[in-house]
Amino acid sequence: MTDQSQGYVFTPTPPQPPPANMVGVVGWMRANLFNGWFNSLLTIFSLYLLYLTLPPLVNWAVVNATISGTDRALCEASPDGACWTFIKMRFNQILFGFYPEGEQWRPILTFVIGLGGLIGTAFHFAGKRWLVLFLLTAYPVIAFFLLAGGYFGLTEVETAKWGGLTVTLVVSVTGIVASFPIGILLALGRRSNMPIVRSACVVFIEVVRGVPLISVLFMASVMLPLFLPEGVSFNKLLRALVGVTLFTAAYMAEVVRGGLQAVPKGQYEGAAALGLGYWKMMILIILPQALKLVIPSIVNSFISLFKDTTLVYIVGLFDVLEIIRVSTKDANWIGFEQEGYVFAALMFWVFCFAMSRVSLRIERRLDTSHRK
Amino acid sequence: MNKLSQFTIGALLALGTVTAAQAGTLDDVKKKGFVQCGVSAGLAGFSAPDDKGNYSGIDVDVCKAVAAAVFGDATKVKFTPLTAKERFTALQSGEVDLLSRNTTWTLNRDTAQGLSFAGVTYYDGQGFMVRKSLGVKSAKELDGASVCTETGTTTELNLSDYFKSNGLKYTVVALGSNSEAVAAYDSGRCDAYTTDASGLYATRIALAKPDDHMVLPEIISKEPLGPVVRQGDSQWFSVVKWSLFALVAAEEYGVTAANVDEQKASSANPEVKRLLGAEGEFGTPMGLPNDWAYKIVKQIGNYGEMFDRNVGAGSPLKIDRGINARWNKGGLQSAPPFR
Repeated sequence: MTDQSQGYVFTPTPPQPPPANMVGVVGWMRANLFNGWFNSLLTIFSLYLLYLTLPPLVNWAVVNATISGTDRALCEASPDGACWTFIKMRFNQILFGFYPEGEQWRPILTFVIGLGGLIGTAFHFAGKRWLVLFLLTAYPVIAFFLLAGGYFGLTEVETAKWGGLTVTLVVSVTGIVASFPIGILLALGRRSNMPIVRSACVVFIEVVRGVPLISVLFMASVMLPLFLPEGVSFNKLLRALVGVTLFTAAYMAEVVRGGLQAVPKGQYEGAAALGLGYWKMMILIILPQALKLVIPSIVNSFISLFKDTTLVYIVGLFDVLEIIRVSTKDANWIGFEQEGYVFAALMFWVFCFAMSRVSLRIERRLDTSHRK
Repeated sequence: MNKLSQFTIGALLALGTVTAAQAGTLDDVKKKGFVQCGVSAGLAGFSAPDDKGNYSGIDVDVCKAVAAAVFGDATKVKFTPLTAKERFTALQSGEVDLLSRNTTWTLNRDTAQGLSFAGVTYYDGQGFMVRKSLGVKSAKELDGASVCTETGTTTELNLSDYFKSNGLKYTVVALGSNSEAVAAYDSGRCDAYTTDASGLYATRIALAKPDDHMVLPEIISKEPLGPVVRQGDSQWFSVVKWSLFALVAAEEYGVTAANVDEQKASSANPEVKRLLGAEGEFGTPMGLPNDWAYKIVKQIGNYGEMFDRNVGAGSPLKIDRGINARWNKGGLQSAPPFR
């Protein structure tokens, strides 16, 4: 018996490689594209759709496109392709509107400071708290004086000359920064026990939210001048800023209220048991939890605000989209709407995509939830 | 006035810019140093920003002409782009001193809405565009044609009136928007496309092969477009009206931007001398310097030059003078005598 057992040594068969059609590109395709007849059919159909749409698009946007020259002559020689010459010649206007050419470093500097500050806050370092404080207090003032000028030896550039991406960013950033605190106050007011405060907030939120942004702006541009005494007129940009801010604040209030309601009652009671007053309870205990919960909704509102800024054309401001539309009305560039709108779509997508990425990052950083 | 309303008005004044818009628009304009002119945000040939961001076009040139008349400097003008809806409010509330924004002169606007039309910059009207290959030379030959147009506009009604009164058959292809109508015409769905003549020329540039299309000579509706001021300020009204007349008169007497100095110095024509301020005192009653018309022609040119440069042969639009020719050339543009 023992001899026998000594004679036999167990050697496991070395693992065989998986069948060739289960690994590599072929295996991935089998697992993801052709698992079952229905998915195979869908894959083939999608490929066919791509085949139908992609080559003409590439031909239009790249292969047959024109970018050289300074007028439409070369573009007309290649009518099947995009005329990027138009975008090239109008690029400065798309970015700055009618901002004087010698002064365009000012919007650029404003943008760079803002972007630098935002990137800075993404890293952990000692001065971060101060940087955030700077962005929220000093930066808007600096940005205003840089853009508008009239002081410190800067030539004054009236807001009627601002345009393009500059206006889009000014309107959306101001809207975002100003509507956030107003929205929080409105949300707290709506949940307040004081009847007058509560009803005032409810009325404001429901009225503003029940009206389209376009009609708020329209009121500001067409009706407001009729109510004001003759000769007094508001700056157009200011009208748009106030309209956009109030509008977004009403939405923000409802988003924040959602967050407030999601915080368990025990948190309120715990804070009260510690002897904290209303404001300390809100600022230290409730709001940090509530706001963290609704980051995706907040960013959602901001993205939709960013795109809504295109409506400021109603008050005669030139945002990115409007300046492109107007450019195609120049007799020298008639008929290049397609190029213009494709380019505008691309610009909006880049900014909105960046915002959604940043929001994901913030969410991950602030994640202290009990999810494991 | 209580404290609160004082504070409110103070805040309004601090936030907004104050433009005094009382009866004496000319004095206000002189005081602030520029003419605030309402224009269209973008309409080919009439007002649109060029590559450098400066507004240009025939409506814009009218504003510049007024600035030249008042200040002797055509650059002393600021433009406020206005949408069609807000244009009259902007004028009435004093936001702009002058509205030069392809606005049709109608009875109701001229009387009931507190506006005064100072003249006609451009006589527009509905016309037809066809393919040259169709071999049609007149709208009267369009019997049985299919016509593309935008639905729900006066364009469609004018079209129906015109064909009925001429006893012609037609099929209307009415589309939701103007760009759809253009696309339908370009793809061959209809034989003709109709809209305002200035729009036809602008459309033609954007077609796949502009040279294959022509605009027929018939104009079937009246759309006189001109500058507008507030009612009840006859001095400012005269300044705008006669700035426009000066442009037209200069063309009639052969005064151009190039020869205006020579004409002023040595013209034998007394009308030209009066126009350019070499004789008489014709600016003073309007509150303008005596050489106001000279400054206009020197900086803007005459009406013909202005037309050519912005919408006519010298521009991409290549619009025929047609009814915008001067009165002694078969058109409608004429100025009363300068005397």
